[in-house]
Amino acid sequence: MITSTHYMFLSAALFMIGVIGVMVRRNIIIIFMSIELILNAVNINLVAFSAQLQNGIGQVFAIFVIAVAAAEAAVGLGIILAFYRNKETVNIDEMNLMRW
Amino acid sequence: MGEAIAFYFIAACILGFAVLVISTKDTVHSVLFLVLDFLFVAALYVLLGAAFLAAIQILVYAGGIVVLYLFVVMLVNLKRPPEAHSDPHRQTRLGFGMAAAVIVELGAVALYSTGKPVVPLASAATAAIPVSGNTEQVGWLLYTSYLIPFEIASMLLLVAMIGAIVLAKREL
Repeated sequence: MITSTHYMFLSAALFMIGVIGVMVRRNIIIIFMSIELILNAVNINLVAFSAQLQNGIGQVFAIFVIAVAAAEAAVGLGIILAFYRNKETVNIDEMNLMRW
Repeated sequence: MGEAIAFYFIAACILGFAVLVISTKDTVHSVLFLVLDFLFVAALYVLLGAAFLAAIQILVYAGGIVVLYLFVVMLVNLKRPPEAHSDPHRQTRLGFGMAAAVIVELGAVALYSTGKPVVPLASAATAAIPVSGNTEQVGWLLYTSYLIPFEIASMLLLVAMIGAIVLAKREL
């Protein structure tokens, strides 16, 4: 019997994989993909609760999360392209223009 | 039984491809594993009875966002490997320690909550929905109770579109 606890464990594991990707990798494109994994983990949680509570509101919020993820990907990749044009790198350790 | 087999297969694929996404050296391979990961998440939505969201997941994530990533990976010419230069001030050990702390915390919450019985929240909100079917239900909620957040989301997408064009353009 698959309960919502199983889905929560899957979601937590996927979230942790995304967090580890953000912290370990230095390629900023892979860091953005890890953020997409994290948002997917959140969506799995929302849809699992929506199915458990027999309530469609969780799916509505998952749609909002997808919309925000699309906006984030568009703006973030625009920033990556603009930065790459100036500094010829995608290494996050070299992105320290605004660090004091 | 069949549901359990499907869940464990899909969960194993999701986690395995997620590990491959963050561990592959070649960025293009990483993007392709991301597509497979999104498709299996869509399969999980179907398993949960959220058919409309599964379609949205395939259209927006596997269709739109991943193509965007692939374009950027192709446009950004990686002459030297991006992992080559390493910052001496990087606190890798501290990062792993904090990740372990979060894992312990999540495990404690999960262990605390597994023994508790599931409380079915038969809320009043669902009783008012006069339609049946997943897509109809989501559409009804989006265009009645959540109309203003829906419009704000559309405005956010418009602003993001303009912002992306402004950022990526060489000169205005």
